[in-house]
Amino acid sequence: MKLKQLSVFLENKHGRLRELCAVLAENGINIITLSLADTEQFGILRLIVKEHNHAKTLLEEKGFVAKLTDVIAIEVSDQPGGLSEILRIEENSGIGVEYMYAFTIKSGENAVLLFRFDDMDKAVAALQNAHLNILGSVELYQRAEG
Amino acid sequence: MSKFVVENRIWDKEESLTHHELGALQGARLKETVERVQQVPFYKEAFSKTGITPEKIQSLDDLQRLPFTTKADLREQYPLRMLAVDRSEVARYHGSSGTTGTPTMVAYTHNDLKNWANLCARFLTGGGLLPEHTVQIAFGYGLFTGGFGLHYGVERVGAGIIPAAAGNTPKQIMLMMDMQVDALVCTPSYALTISEFILQNDIPRNALNLKYAHFGGEPWTEDMRTRIEDEMGILCFNNYGLSEVIGPGVSGECAVRDGMHISEDAFIVECINPDTLEPVAPGEEGELVFTSLCKEAMPIIRYRTRDIASLNPEPCACGRTTVRMSRVTGRSDDMLIIKGVNVYPSQIEQALLRVEGTAPHYLIEVDRPDRRDEVTVKVEIMEDSFSSSMKEMQGLKDRILRTIQGVTGLRMNIELVSPNSLERFIGKAQRVIDHRPKS
Ligand SMILES: [Zn+2]
Repeated sequence: MKLKQLSVFLENKHGRLRELCAVLAENGINIITLSLADTEQFGILRLIVKEHNHAKTLLEEKGFVAKLTDVIAIEVSDQPGGLSEILRIEENSGIGVEYMYAFTIKSGENAVLLFRFDDMDKAVAALQNAHLNILGSVELYQRAEG
Repeated sequence: MSKFVVENRIWDKEESLTHHELGALQGARLKETVERVQQVPFYKEAFSKTGITPEKIQSLDDLQRLPFTTKADLREQYPLRMLAVDRSEVARYHGSSGTTGTPTMVAYTHNDLKNWANLCARFLTGGGLLPEHTVQIAFGYGLFTGGFGLHYGVERVGAGIIPAAAGNTPKQIMLMMDMQVDALVCTPSYALTISEFILQNDIPRNALNLKYAHFGGEPWTEDMRTRIEDEMGILCFNNYGLSEVIGPGVSGECAVRDGMHISEDAFIVECINPDTLEPVAPGEEGELVFTSLCKEAMPIIRYRTRDIASLNPEPCACGRTTVRMSRVTGRSDDMLIIKGVNVYPSQIEQALLRVEGTAPHYLIEVDRPDRRDEVTVKVEIMEDSFSSSMKEMQGLKDRILRTIQGVTGLRMNIELVSPNSLERFIGKAQRVIDHRPKS
């Protein structure tokens, strides 16, 4: 139920970010969603792409440090309360959120929340118990393509 | 760790003279040297200024009456005004790179070259070199004394030389593998570059037959030694020298590896407080000062090296009786004064080697915005230490910051940069950029 996120270290953020997007575009790799966490000096770019292995190799050839990280994608209806429900479940199970980001799916009313928890296996179990809709990679890519 | 065991051999009997024998030899040779430098106008003038004549120098005790020689003096005498022989007697010239100004030239007679090779043979023997070994020299061959100095030292011992010179790392490794090289000679920075290449390209350790290495040409640290030894599975020996004094061969480690034995029959060493110019107590750090005793072409009197180290006169387990110098902890030329605190680049290196997840590749940039010194250390992260979690990356940054603060006492800005993004060095490393206006 876990999903691969492509995580990339970005020093000198602006120039490198442009370069990264160009590499992916030239190779026809579509970015489903991304999130940039940054400080004054460096950034961490988190990307969801279908061809993550290929993308990782391409970026490494260009001198980027890239890593595949497990994240969990949860589909919620795009209404108030969806996120707080998930956070409540995790808090009750003693699991911490390292980071999260969200995007809405083209076709429907629903949003997808992407999470990195400090204990990923425990998090999956707790979310499944609560009958939340965890998306596998195939489902996510299908929804993203509409 | 390496399984290589060094046989304890001593090359020359001059390495294990008694205190009395050494004193007598040094005194006699000092007298000769003082006579010889009367051919050099610079010294003739410096002597007459202080009222010293050669007759007044009778023994070692008179050394401290002699004037110092500084790097600035040598620059002023560029190119060859320090020559004490006729140019027709000169067999070789070398020089300093002149990265910080005018270069300096040094000269050798045939006798000087013979002595120099012998001095290098001493520390090479102390550090495991046997005639049946194959040695790859990855030092620059040129004006820099490292390449030729070590070359003739290895030749003097009778071992086989591969004069690979510096650079072209893949080829260096290919030669080491194909030729089953026993020993490597280069700067410690270049060894790090080589080791990194081996690891990154998954070259199996047993493809190389390398057993030990002799490093010199720049200051390095004990942590760096541990790292290179672990990565390459070899023993690393430190040696020291500078072109103004002779080049490599001034001192080097024996099998005990607790300080570098100075060839005291060829050089008198002093360790002084650079501000008061008074000698420091044995074991205390100070600036090393050398007087040559055997050089013909360019004898040098009380040369202030700017190198900071300490001296250990205790006898060594290897049987040599010569005084041992510590690692050079810094060159006062490289020393940065930040907010009034003395900092050496080697301290940054030492700190980085203690923080897991960083490579000792760094660049120190100093600036003075708003009249306050500000230091930024760019540090390469390692592939394995990259995490998608900002908390972990900040944690790494904080560990670096705190370790550097622990070593230097200063809070510096830490900038994490990509692996392999900083310049790699094939000779001496250049790790400081000082943007502050020169006062
Ligand atoms: Zn010894």
